[in-house]
Amino acid sequence: MSDMSKVYDLFRQKAEAVSAVVTEIGSIAEAFDYVVDICDKKEACKLLVAGCEENLSDKAEALCDAKQEKIICAPGFSKKDYAALEKRCKEKGFVLIDSGMRGHLAGIDIGVTHCAAGIAETGSIVVDSDSEELRLATMISEFHVAILPKSKVVADSYDYEADFLKRLKKGANYQAFITGASRTADIERVLAIGVHGPLELHILLLEDN
Amino acid sequence: MQNAKDMKGYRGEIKDALDNEFLRGAMDKFAVAYRANRANAFKGMDVEGLIGEIAVAKDASTANLEALFQEFKKNAEANGVQVHLAKTAGEANEIIAEIARKSDCKLVVKSKSMTAEETLLNHHLEDKNIEVVETDLGEWIIQLRHEGPSHMVMPAIHLSRDQVADLFTDVTKKPQTNDPQKLVKVARRELREKYVNADMGISGANFAIAETGTIAVVTNEGNARLVTTLPRVHVALCGLDKLTPTLHDALRVLKVLPRNATGQALTSYVTWVTGANECAAAQDGKKEMHIVFLDNGRSAVSKDPVFSEVLRCVRCGACANVCPVYRTVGGHKMGHIYIGAIGLILTYLFHGRDKARNLIHNCINCQACKQVCAGGIDLPKIIQEVRAIIQDEDGHKTEGKLLSAVMKNRRMFHSLLRAAKWAQKPVKQGSTGFMRHLPMLFMQEQQAFRELPVIAEKPFRDTFKKVKKTVAKPRYKVALFSGCVQDFVYPEQAEAMVKVLQSYNVDVEFPDAQSCCGLPLQMMGELKAAKDVAVSNVNAMDPSSYDYIVVGCASCGSFLTEGYENLLGADPTIRVKMKQLSDRVVDFSSFLVDVLGASPDEFKSFGKSTTYHSPCHLCRGMGVEEQPRALMRTAGLDYRPAEEEDVCCGFGGTFSVKFPEESKAILANKLKNVDATGAEMLLTDCPGCVMQLRGGAAAKGLKVQVKHMAEAIADQLK
Repeated sequence: MSDMSKVYDLFRQKAEAVSAVVTEIGSIAEAFDYVVDICDKKEACKLLVAGCEENLSDKAEALCDAKQEKIICAPGFSKKDYAALEKRCKEKGFVLIDSGMRGHLAGIDIGVTHCAAGIAETGSIVVDSDSEELRLATMISEFHVAILPKSKVVADSYDYEADFLKRLKKGANYQAFITGASRTADIERVLAIGVHGPLELHILLLEDN
Repeated sequence: MQNAKDMKGYRGEIKDALDNEFLRGAMDKFAVAYRANRANAFKGMDVEGLIGEIAVAKDASTANLEALFQEFKKNAEANGVQVHLAKTAGEANEIIAEIARKSDCKLVVKSKSMTAEETLLNHHLEDKNIEVVETDLGEWIIQLRHEGPSHMVMPAIHLSRDQVADLFTDVTKKPQTNDPQKLVKVARRELREKYVNADMGISGANFAIAETGTIAVVTNEGNARLVTTLPRVHVALCGLDKLTPTLHDALRVLKVLPRNATGQALTSYVTWVTGANECAAAQDGKKEMHIVFLDNGRSAVSKDPVFSEVLRCVRCGACANVCPVYRTVGGHKMGHIYIGAIGLILTYLFHGRDKARNLIHNCINCQACKQVCAGGIDLPKIIQEVRAIIQDEDGHKTEGKLLSAVMKNRRMFHSLLRAAKWAQKPVKQGSTGFMRHLPMLFMQEQQAFRELPVIAEKPFRDTFKKVKKTVAKPRYKVALFSGCVQDFVYPEQAEAMVKVLQSYNVDVEFPDAQSCCGLPLQMMGELKAAKDVAVSNVNAMDPSSYDYIVVGCASCGSFLTEGYENLLGADPTIRVKMKQLSDRVVDFSSFLVDVLGASPDEFKSFGKSTTYHSPCHLCRGMGVEEQPRALMRTAGLDYRPAEEEDVCCGFGGTFSVKFPEESKAILANKLKNVDATGAEMLLTDCPGCVMQLRGGAAAKGLKVQVKHMAEAIADQLK
């Protein structure tokens, strides 16, 4: 096994250990197939899982009514890629957006983003989150699908340090290390996924070498 | 929160916690699971190396706080952040209230911040009619219950799912079941509504990186990401101790912090915010961002030679996770706002003597915290310093003064111990070696959880001459340091040591002028007397005359080495002799295994089923783990490991007299694990532990024989 395949393996192992779903893909088109496919399989109003079936106070309940159709938000893609994904979404009747997230704070189905890096040691992805739309897309969505080119996977956080430092020095900016889905163990130390952020994290490991 | 007026009141509160069965069960489960999770998370990593690097880096930051603050300020301001410096907690709260007033903020969503707990920020804002909502699930729960956190990372660990369900039923005005998964979803939606309407987000910061002006926040729930994104104003409250020069420092701490806190490789989110970012809710599309640095005494601490290392703390909470005292009483009783070992110290430094006075005694000195601390802080040592300082400020207690006076004069001390033998006559119980009734004059009824031994008929110093043999061509010449307990209570242990050592052709001497090692004095905050006793022992043992100084008491052994270094290391008149002495100190088991090379040929091949208690001051104090186990196996004993062998037995010397109820609870856990092995014999390398374990086993009617290692090894000799 080459050194890099060991790193990819470690990345997968560590990400899966924190319940991320890791899938290898060969092209961006496959990524979009994946997104449309899981959106299709999602229940019509997955928001139910996120709390609407619970007994909520009237104010919180009002948020549940705001959601009618399946929405995917894909901020930060090139025009060409966005158009390709949009075409796929239209076929299925999903709404694709890349802005206006503050109008969807009750929740959307899927947020799709690129990753700036992957850190194998902890199975983390690094998401450049300067864009507020992207921050919200990755937090308000029930599923976060993150596309991670293999060339951007490093073994250890120190290996990413020099690149990361450049990002932190580029003026005002907002970065995220994301390791698995949003979680808590605050009630009797019982693990529960999806407190404030996504219920599922899907990482698509894109072959680009 | 500490509201007890005196020690009696504090002990009453502790008793309430001990009676809380849910709490006890939850804490036990957590303590056991944590150890396994932490070990797993660090597998294959050089943990000690990392901790050492963190300590060095944090110390460098601490020495340079002012310059780091200026560098951070310059870089953050260049990116549109307003940086504030608050001298006190009140000033920080006022700055934040003023930001809220100027920017017309009425609803604040907050992510978890121990620093905001330290300043009681929520109360201050609420007094100004600002609604504050905690968004970390645990923090929200305790906020709704009007409580403080009981753990720095898991603030609601003291509550049951039923209590949370009842609470959420009240909040939503709809019935809720006790399924944690469902309760979490309720919180998700209830809090989402708050995020949508909030105009200010308040976060803490785990790091403030000077070279970039970045703050980083570590969370699992992702709430900090929403708190710092949705509202138009973001205020980060950050202790000056979070300043760090470089990104590398932060990445390094991140390798330890989550692993130490919860056994996770990394938390779900690490959020790095540099400057005022995009925010559609703000008028100009840019977030109004403020960072409030809190001093609150940190600058003064940073300049103190003893206390400055406290600022290495990264708030992982590991010191509580491994603390046997925390495990039995929970965070509300083992801290004021900050909890655990670091909490005892920070309470004194940030919240004052009155809040710390009783609390500071609630450390059993088992060193478990020191071993896991992410910054390598010598927590037990600093706790003892605070104890001493408070006593100096408040006036020493009578018992401490008496003990100091007595111990400084070895002859008087030993005469008193000899006299005690006669005083106990009426209460001595037949031939069992326990006191029949506790002399009520000086023992509380709470001591009844263990039988207490009597003072021996003759101390070891009187019987030594009888067991001493002349060795013709000795392999080594060693001095025995027995410590008071072996000398006056269990001379048979020291006699067994002599017998075993002589069988290996070792010439053993017992320097007569040795006295108490001084640890009990230090534990009582009597540092000056402890130092006097240490000096007299160094003189009594004259290290250059011996190859080794063998100890049968782990507490003495660890105090003669590390403890003496702390007490005398800076004193040019004695430090060379002290160092020569500590370099020669070795525990009985290590001496047999490492120096004498004990081999199975020397022992009977069949021995009793045996389990082991690893004394705190042996496994952590002296760093000895393998040798006692190797020795039992070599000597033909059928060693059956117990669960949690290296967790404290609850003795802690004076601790068990001050906090008998806690000592009893810690002992109960230990005996449960011992009993589960089914072993006929329990061995350990410390007479204090023998006293606690033998007395506890007798009080419970357990059959297991509790012995010192040397006694069992002597019996196994061919």
